[in-house]
Amino acid sequence: MGKEFEIVIGLEVHAELKTATKAFCSCSTAFGAEPNTQVCPVCSGFPGMLPVLNKKMVELAIRTGIALNSEIPEICKFDRKNYFYPDLPKAYQISQFDLPVCKGGYLDIEVDGQTKRIGITRAHMEEDAGKLVHQGDITTTPFSLVDLNRSGVPLLEIVSEPDMRSAQEARAYMEKLRSILLFAGVSDCKMQEGSLRCDANVSVRPVGQMEFGTRTETKNLNSFRSLEKSIEYEARRQMEAIEDGEEIVQETRTWDEEKQVTRSMRSKEEAHDYRYFPEPDLPPLKISREWVNTIAAQMPELPEQARRRLVEEYGLPEYDAAIITLNPDYLNFFDQCISSYKDAKLVSNWMMSELNRLLNQNNMEIGECRFKPADLVKILQLIDDGSISGKMAKTVFEEMFNSGQAPELIIKEKGMAQISDESTLINLIDGIIQDNPKVLEDYKNGKEKAFGFFVGQIMKASKGQANPGVVNKLLKERLSSSEM
Amino acid sequence: MELHQLTIHELHDKLADREISAEELASSFFSRINALEPKLRAFLTITEEKALKQAREVDKAGKYEGLTGIPFGLKDIFCTRGVRTTCASKILENFVPTYDSTAGRRLEEQGGILLGKLNMDEFAMGSSTEQSAFQSTCNPWDLERVPGGSSGGSAAAVAAGEVPFALGTDTGGSIRQPASYCGVVGLKPTYGRVSRWGVIAFASSLDQVGVFSRDIRDCALVLNIIAGKDPLDSTSVNLEVPDYTSFLDGEVRGMKIAYPREYFQQGVDEQIKTTVMQALRKFEAMGAIIDEVSLPHSEYALPAYYLVAPAEASANLARFDGVRYGLRDFEAQNVVDMYSQSRSQGFGNEVKRRIMLGTYALSSGYYDAYYLKALKVRRLIANDFDKVFADFDLIVSPTAPTPAFKLGEQTGDPLTLYMNDILTVPVNMAGLPGMSLPCGLVNGLPVGMQLIGKAFDEGTLFKAAYAFEQNTDYHKMRPVLGVK
Ligand SMILES: [Zn+2]
Repeated sequence: MGKEFEIVIGLEVHAELKTATKAFCSCSTAFGAEPNTQVCPVCSGFPGMLPVLNKKMVELAIRTGIALNSEIPEICKFDRKNYFYPDLPKAYQISQFDLPVCKGGYLDIEVDGQTKRIGITRAHMEEDAGKLVHQGDITTTPFSLVDLNRSGVPLLEIVSEPDMRSAQEARAYMEKLRSILLFAGVSDCKMQEGSLRCDANVSVRPVGQMEFGTRTETKNLNSFRSLEKSIEYEARRQMEAIEDGEEIVQETRTWDEEKQVTRSMRSKEEAHDYRYFPEPDLPPLKISREWVNTIAAQMPELPEQARRRLVEEYGLPEYDAAIITLNPDYLNFFDQCISSYKDAKLVSNWMMSELNRLLNQNNMEIGECRFKPADLVKILQLIDDGSISGKMAKTVFEEMFNSGQAPELIIKEKGMAQISDESTLINLIDGIIQDNPKVLEDYKNGKEKAFGFFVGQIMKASKGQANPGVVNKLLKERLSSSEM
Repeated sequence: MELHQLTIHELHDKLADREISAEELASSFFSRINALEPKLRAFLTITEEKALKQAREVDKAGKYEGLTGIPFGLKDIFCTRGVRTTCASKILENFVPTYDSTAGRRLEEQGGILLGKLNMDEFAMGSSTEQSAFQSTCNPWDLERVPGGSSGGSAAAVAAGEVPFALGTDTGGSIRQPASYCGVVGLKPTYGRVSRWGVIAFASSLDQVGVFSRDIRDCALVLNIIAGKDPLDSTSVNLEVPDYTSFLDGEVRGMKIAYPREYFQQGVDEQIKTTVMQALRKFEAMGAIIDEVSLPHSEYALPAYYLVAPAEASANLARFDGVRYGLRDFEAQNVVDMYSQSRSQGFGNEVKRRIMLGTYALSSGYYDAYYLKALKVRRLIANDFDKVFADFDLIVSPTAPTPAFKLGEQTGDPLTLYMNDILTVPVNMAGLPGMSLPCGLVNGLPVGMQLIGKAFDEGTLFKAAYAFEQNTDYHKMRPVLGVK
């Protein structure tokens, strides 16, 4: 490629707010129910029905705003966003257009050891649509069914400034945002269930150019990986197009997970005119300063604060602290461990290596673990007092991860306890030496390898349970004594 | 006097004195309805079986309080559980709601007995009830004339003695204008005074539920029941509801009544002007202080109304898409065709006209010039009223520029038809309470005067209207229908 390009990325993230009931009616928001069992005349758009605002939704939106350093204006209002689609029962979505609940804000990300501040433009409340169930493919389905369980579920759309310059930065932003939403307790952020979704606005421009290039919007990216991959693909596609002298069309695109490409959905000319206007069924919402202050006073610890705590109080490296504070469950696990175990770095090592490896392997969240932080602490203590070796500990840990059994029980059942008792080991060592007079001869003749052979034989005879440190020490003693 | 000529409070006395049972009362109204309907065509649905059953239950309980056992009718825009609710549209021809409107429910909870659903202009869009998809209703005073609209069925039924009272809705004059045409009392309360829940929306920021009755006391009795905060309607206002009958003291001495010069110009029938001026002299003779004022922005009310109301309607009526209920064209081969064919077949011309007007007014690029400008005009109109109400208690004007016109006379030109609401629309735009009260006959046709009050000051309307009624006999005028 001839020219050097810069990628410009802005993200629109939809987070489902963690309320028990929907945004404008009292239907449940629980995930996974039978289709159309969580609906009422309001959220299925029946004639004469009116919305009633869910206060909890507003509270969670304000909490998010505080966590993202946003301004919470005293007045916000709702607007109707009009478009026809069978999963949108009123044919308009109640959203917020020009007076959103949160204005401005920022969050800090870390990429390659550098901290970067990403601006937040706004965050606004809106309701989710239902979902269409096709018989196979949308283009060939003879009919489609509508499930309105999600219709009216409260969402917060968080719009970033176009401040990101690489797919990694976008991913870091998304990860950081997710951790903030999780810590603030405003959303479950389950990307597979759709409670956290992302649209990416991507454009490219020659390095040094001030104005932005024409952007495209890639819709519904529902994993960190697809976010990263789609941006990489889209940026490359745009650069190649420009290199070939083509013009970038402002359009909405979709990410094809299977083929790993973005595809055009509709261009600007075909774009919806949403005909926003103020929602007459809901008066403008006044948000008192007292309410905002009360919510601010009750804010839980946020990732940034937690990270500082881990570094300052426990001396963890920045890197460890950043990883542990990505997820409040993860931090909670760490906090529980170190409440009864003083070596924070060791706990962190175990979490980041063994625990993480097994979680990833099994595609599990830490909250789904079958053992408790105290069980990990127990394993660490057993290493410390020499009951098991570090290597054994890993085996025990994996077994504990899989079965949920207590570490002592696993050790006992597998007969894995380490043998450190000197008289037992002396008997074993003496037996091996007696059985191998030739090797003893070699050792006496100065062959270093012979020592290693004896250790190997001892470990084998003890089925790996002999404490290697003690074996080393005793073997040296016995060999020197047999020399005499 | 015949039962059908009596007021609510007179009927109540008969029930309480056991002169008549609720069942007998309901039956007598049904015989009147059955005799008149072939000529009048005020009802779209008659709920005889259900009503008689309810009446029998009332008689069994044997307690006659307030509305207990009093029959009434509802404009077919009020959703009624288990009873077809059409909004006089083909698109809802077979729609049976699973819920009751709050206003209708409150009447039934007070023992009122619903006799049926009354005709109207389709989706309340019209001023003659000729826009009903099913039938035109005749004016009881002259069967060749319209009853006005959009709540023409309600006005005609009350005037003809088919029901003692009825509820209607008023978006731009839809209660007051037909009340004037049919010689009955029609009240549009302050926006927010009565819940809109369960009332099919036309223009949400203007729609208000109100009352048709034979006299002022009945009107106050009914408003007592339907007024007040409804947690299901966020635009209903949490203000104490006074006992409106407490204002019925016949006293207007010292009351300051303004008459706006603009409301006695612009194409208002000379005889109507004279009739209303005579009514004003009557108030003066009773001790009120009358003076001319100006409401300079009222002339912009109608054009602004025809931007705001259709804009809101275009969104409110978008839900009638054939997906969940209502008419659907099953021949359609894809979803877009299903929308357009269902809506083409389901909506009448006036409804389509207003949906198009509203969609246009909200379109990107036109919003500021039309919708936003109209909202500013609305503010100016409200300011005009505020200024007058700084010095006056009440405003009096004609309700409509003409008496009832002939069926078919104004169907050709929508703009002429829109002019019927020129004196009533400003009141909706300002959200104020307005009442039409019979004040004379012009060429044998009833004429109403409009009383306009301060927001939430329906009490003053009742006070003035009752005093007028006590000193005149216009409320005793009944059309001669040649049916017993
Ligand atoms: Zn619902």
